[in-house]
Amino acid sequence: MNCRDALDLVDGYVDGELDLVKSLEIEQHLGACPACKVQYDQVRELGSGIRAHALYHAAPKGLRARVAAALPREPASRMRAWGWRGMAAALALATLLGLGFGLTLLQPGADERLAREVVAAHVRSLMADHLMDVASSDQHTVKPWIAGKLDFSPPVEDLAARGYALAGGRLDYLGERGVMALVYRRHAHVINLFVWPQASGADSGVRSDSIQGYNVAHFTRAGMVFWAVSDLNPEEFKAFVGLVRDQLASAR
Amino acid sequence: MPHLDAAYNLARWLTRNEHDAEDVVQDAYLRAFRFFDGFRGDEGRAWLLTIVRHTCYSWLEKNRPAEVSAGFDEEAPAEERAGFDPDMMVAEGGNPEAIALQNAQRRILNQAIAELPLGFREVLILRELEDLSYKEIARVIDVPVGTVMSRLARARKLLRQSAPLRAMSGLPAAEVKP
Repeated sequence: MNCRDALDLVDGYVDGELDLVKSLEIEQHLGACPACKVQYDQVRELGSGIRAHALYHAAPKGLRARVAAALPREPASRMRAWGWRGMAAALALATLLGLGFGLTLLQPGADERLAREVVAAHVRSLMADHLMDVASSDQHTVKPWIAGKLDFSPPVEDLAARGYALAGGRLDYLGERGVMALVYRRHAHVINLFVWPQASGADSGVRSDSIQGYNVAHFTRAGMVFWAVSDLNPEEFKAFVGLVRDQLASAR
Repeated sequence: MPHLDAAYNLARWLTRNEHDAEDVVQDAYLRAFRFFDGFRGDEGRAWLLTIVRHTCYSWLEKNRPAEVSAGFDEEAPAEERAGFDPDMMVAEGGNPEAIALQNAQRRILNQAIAELPLGFREVLILRELEDLSYKEIARVIDVPVGTVMSRLARARKLLRQSAPLRAMSGLPAAEVKP
């Protein structure tokens, strides 16, 4: 090992981050090269100087109570596990939400807030392993399972014959209530279809928009509110929403 | 509420202000709880620090955008000049002069760290004060492990050569050291 290599690696050596072979090589070099040894000593001593004398700012007394008071009573998410990939998505989303965005087609106010929640719920569902509480392509399995958990019995249709396979269902929380999330797959893409009953119940047309690369659409039909969200391309997403509406019309 | 001290320490070093650090920590925990239900073991600390760091950056970009990019030139070669002598940090004995000297040195060291550009300051804090591994730091600041090592090396070099520490090398008081 020459001096250039040694100086590149000396910090890693001090931090105990080199593999065995490199550690032995640099050890040998430091034994033979006083100039590099000086660098090594400096890095090591600076480290102990910092650890001994730099301020570790412990949290002030009131902070714990303040943060605790600001947190929701129960975690909004029902996720049991998290991963780095999911976290990256969550942070990206948090940033985007923080920056604010304009919804052009959705109504401002309540719709916009809900759209944000829908996208957030979709992203959350793709993290870790909480896409589905019940994994089944059988609507007769999914429907009773969900009906047992919620105060409404939602329409569940398998659209596999039309290229959108029902993959399962899950409970989620949107607009301050428990809702059903039906999970459909189209090729590698996941579609979340959130459904819940609405008091006013007047049928409405489809409103849609794209938020942070996700397509979002919603409509009200037969006393139920439907929100669909996916990263699927707009054409296929629109076709899916159309299919759901057709199924509902024919089921009546 | 796990890792609150670590969260505050990082936020305090990155924002360099107590009140801002408290705001950032509160926001970071809200984000953490909004998306996730639990923290797991020690891995949870690095993960939480990732959120704290991210929240700090968002906050800084909004309130002090100049700090985020200022002085962060990773490629520029560090000038070689006589640097800080870490031996001076070791004040021995309990006499008042030695204690006063040590306090002065401590203040100077902390000032020097605080003056490091953000990108170098964060790796130094994560490594020396939070004792994270290169791999953990790589995850927290989202760069390859090799970059962590080179950035840390450069942070230490900058620190040794920083004005407060170099000024301290010239302090006559330093001669008092036994």
